[in-house]
Amino acid sequence: MGAPRKMPWKMALALVALAMIPVVEPSLPQRLAISEPMTDVFVYAILGMALNVITGFTGLLNLGVAAFAAIGAYVFAISTCEIYPFQLGFWPALALTMAVGALAGFALGAPTLRVRGDYLAIVTLGFGEIVKDVLVNLDSITKGTQGINPLPPPTVFGAELGSRGQYWLLLAFVVVVFAGARSLERSRVGRAWLSIREDELASRAMGIRPDHAKMLAFATCASLAALAGALTASRLSSSGEPSNYDFQVSVLALCIVIVGGIGSVRGVLLGAIVMVGMNSIVLVKLTEMIGNTDSAGASRLAETHGMERVWVFITTWAQNVLLSPTNWKFLLFGLALVLMMMFRPQGILPPRAEHEAPPEDEGTGPAPAKGAAP
Amino acid sequence: MVRAVAAVEMLATCALSRADSVAAFAHDGALSSWEVFGQQLVTGLSNGMIIALIAIGYTMVYGIIELINFAHGDLCMLGAFFALTVVGALGVDQWGGAGGTAGLVMVLVGTAAFCGSLNWSINWLAYRPLRKASKLSLLVSAIGASFILVNLGLFWGGLPMDVFAGGTSSAAPKAFPALVSSDPAAQIGDVIYSRTDFLVLCVTLPLMVALTYLVRYTKLGKAMRAVAQNPTAAALMGIDVERVIGATFFIGGALGGFATVVYSLYNQTVSFQMGYRMGMDAFIAAVLGGIGNLPGAVLGGLLIGLIRSMSDGYIEARWTNTVVFGILILILVFRPSGLLGAKLREKV
Repeated sequence: MGAPRKMPWKMALALVALAMIPVVEPSLPQRLAISEPMTDVFVYAILGMALNVITGFTGLLNLGVAAFAAIGAYVFAISTCEIYPFQLGFWPALALTMAVGALAGFALGAPTLRVRGDYLAIVTLGFGEIVKDVLVNLDSITKGTQGINPLPPPTVFGAELGSRGQYWLLLAFVVVVFAGARSLERSRVGRAWLSIREDELASRAMGIRPDHAKMLAFATCASLAALAGALTASRLSSSGEPSNYDFQVSVLALCIVIVGGIGSVRGVLLGAIVMVGMNSIVLVKLTEMIGNTDSAGASRLAETHGMERVWVFITTWAQNVLLSPTNWKFLLFGLALVLMMMFRPQGILPPRAEHEAPPEDEGTGPAPAKGAAP
Repeated sequence: MVRAVAAVEMLATCALSRADSVAAFAHDGALSSWEVFGQQLVTGLSNGMIIALIAIGYTMVYGIIELINFAHGDLCMLGAFFALTVVGALGVDQWGGAGGTAGLVMVLVGTAAFCGSLNWSINWLAYRPLRKASKLSLLVSAIGASFILVNLGLFWGGLPMDVFAGGTSSAAPKAFPALVSSDPAAQIGDVIYSRTDFLVLCVTLPLMVALTYLVRYTKLGKAMRAVAQNPTAAALMGIDVERVIGATFFIGGALGGFATVVYSLYNQTVSFQMGYRMGMDAFIAAVLGGIGNLPGAVLGGLLIGLIRSMSDGYIEARWTNTVVFGILILILVFRPSGLLGAKLREKV
């Protein structure tokens, strides 16, 4: 298989630049402070890489990845928060979270092995909704919509980490998961996943057991997503409320994978920076810069007539709604999905040629058209 | 009698959650158990008819291009905003009498035309370029279209209009004016069959009959069935496949437009997020009945409506979504062809 990999210098440079952000930030003006939202990018990068294992490598569309993140966040919160009897340390809790996540992945994966294609996507979507509702409704355990808090800060060798330390910890996790996903891709099981994506029947003929491989993909995805959830909870010092893990989050993760390049781990990193950077940094900063809304517009509207009324109507609308860039985020997600599918289905940074489908395979979507013959 | 009047008033004022009010009666001990059941039955059947009409839109599109048209629910949401805007701009809620009825018909037809055209355009812009791509690419594109529509709904909800409660946030739910009173049209004991329930029936049933006629007996219907069976063969027989697909999207969208007006009248609230729930209910109904199967969509819609209202009344409203999604998963895992769908062998 592929040539031995060295860390390319571009990536090393990017890593150093990212690590320097919290160091140089205090000397920059307040509006350029981005280390806080950058941690969002890191967490979503991990979530994207988790989704990439199942949707990118194995070709199974998963619309419920947020549910695994929610499970991770709540398991982590329950095992560390002081109001519960467990009060594990950061690292044992993280290990427990990933184990429980993997179990949840098995739990969803096992019954759904027989479900294919778009039906599988809908089952995972339903699973996500159920998990969210159960977390809201079991409020005696999960504190309902309040979320579980406060959580202790993460520790490394017994030392509590401050906000800068947490930033580096998250960055380190991204690097570790990235390296793990890259080596997983080239491992025996990773190649089994890719072959299932390309042709399940042929891979079965080659002695691969698709059911085993798919279960492993589910468990790996769920475990990594749970890690992302736990890291979010740890950073926010709260599990967050269940609606923080709704369908939108799953779709944002999907956007990351699709924009970056389905099945490409490097692509997913880029996708996370582009999509989440846009969502959590650019839109938010723009909204802050543009400033306040015009609440007087509606009352001015009542006093005007004719063309002036139309003008006030439009300007009020524009100022209150359109000029608030965070109002555009769904449009951004949606356009990203539609336009990528139309013009560049392989993503910005598609996987390297060694994994590419044969050229006659038109329309490289998340998976080859299994049973798509109408 | 006094009790009945009080009940009517309460039904009229509990605009948003009729089921909750019924449950509240039950806890007060004012209604006997069969009356609770009867009221839940009425609510469930009415909601079920609406869900069925939306489910037809899913099932038609799935039948013809095997796409779960994720954007369908959000299309209906935009239809609700369209209807609300027309009602507000023309003041239809003030017309009263015969004018009011004419206004209602106009809103219904206008919204249907709007939703049909929009659905047709979405197909043209987002799905048509992907005919040769994999099914999952198509689904991803549909999810994208759905998010775009949600965002348009958010913009639309921010219009500074009186009916939109101008000045409040664009994400806030808007009240839909009651164009039809919720007075009882018929009453057995304390079980009320209101005028809105009757309206639901008057709109949905004729449309279902008309659709059945169209699919079974007209040339277009025959072409639709042919394309659903085998697009290549249909094209070879001289059928303009793209035109038929476009017509399917238009008809499915128009039915959704009718449904969304009735839904808004029945539930009296409109928000940019309503599409997701409407869409999921209808999609689950389509799957339950056997996706691609028209009578199945109607049966599934009625069942989902009933399951929702019974779960609201007898389990707890907060668990209803869990129950419905649980049913969806069970069907997809154990009987993906649904109740009425033919067993499909997977083509390799």
